[in-house]
Amino acid sequence: MASLKALKMRINSVKSTQKITKAMKMVAAAKLRRATEAAEASRPYAERLEAVVSSIASKVSVGPQSPKLLAGSGKNDVHLFVVATSDKGLAGAFNTNIVRLARRQAEALKAEGKTVKFYTIGKKGRDQLSRTFRGDIIHSIEPGDLGKLTFADVQNWGEDLTARFEADEFDVAHLFFSKFDNVLTQTPTQIQLMPVAVTADEGDVVGLSATVEYEPDEEEILAELLPRNVAVQLLRANRENAASEQGSKMTAMDNATRNAGDMINKLTIQYNRTRQAAITTELIEIIAGAEAL
Amino acid sequence: MALKFELVTPEKLYRSDDVYMVVVPGTEGDFGVLEGHSPMMSTLRNDAALEIYKTQGATPERLMIAGGFAEVNASGLTVLAERVEA
Repeated sequence: MASLKALKMRINSVKSTQKITKAMKMVAAAKLRRATEAAEASRPYAERLEAVVSSIASKVSVGPQSPKLLAGSGKNDVHLFVVATSDKGLAGAFNTNIVRLARRQAEALKAEGKTVKFYTIGKKGRDQLSRTFRGDIIHSIEPGDLGKLTFADVQNWGEDLTARFEADEFDVAHLFFSKFDNVLTQTPTQIQLMPVAVTADEGDVVGLSATVEYEPDEEEILAELLPRNVAVQLLRANRENAASEQGSKMTAMDNATRNAGDMINKLTIQYNRTRQAAITTELIEIIAGAEAL
Repeated sequence: MALKFELVTPEKLYRSDDVYMVVVPGTEGDFGVLEGHSPMMSTLRNDAALEIYKTQGATPERLMIAGGFAEVNASGLTVLAERVEA
């Protein structure tokens, strides 16, 4: 049985761990509020742009002269997985879930004989993917604090990706991130980033049924909006990730705090038992000594 | 008679307001939008001023925008801009 002093030290150490996890939970809760606000604030722009792009795209006939971001390269051989994770751990299964989805999809595509390349955002995603796909990672980005990302940062990545697409480095790009449903649920999600997936329904989303004038014409507007759409999707993914990361961290730290509490209770009981045992032994010794006289 | 005007950036909904008229710096020339304007879409010049007239004859409020796109439909005018500076 552990000595009283060792037990006391153990209890104190668990207590300070609990203090840390409790503080981290509180920090995550505060950051979560800000992150969800940011995610919601970026929604109107993304929705408008998406509506406009798909309504113009459904009007333009796809031909060899149409922008590559819309028509694609005509092949389906090389897939690029843009895997958005975070730089920091201690957020439960947040990063692992995203990576697991990406890995499963990659293996499925590889089984069909396609080539899969990776473009990672976030240290954690890169580290986990490099275990199995070391040679396939073509570029990695370390975004730092996801909550502080601006549109300008994301725009650079979008331009880089578009340039790689134009240079025929890949045929299809998918974006992986974690969608924030609520504090307890974050769903790893995959969307097609390039070429733009045009929703087939002719639904009149923006009220464009009337004859609309275009300045300049549809193709030119589309050519300008498509690269912007890539950046907006990236921003949206990272905003969702920022919220998911904090939500996941909050839950993980809440669990850790509770586990530490359970452990302290268990250790305290053990400590008291040991103390009792020591006292009993002492008493027996004294009584035995008195009887011997 | 008011025009429903929305200015949206990737980071947030910058402005949502009822105004009298907005002069938009289109790529092919400035155009003023009043209520009931026919539907149109236009890309915008970079670093040009968007002029917002709150009421008829009022001094316009000028906002510098970059990377913009304007859309007029039955419900009003929506300007999407990457950057806005007051």
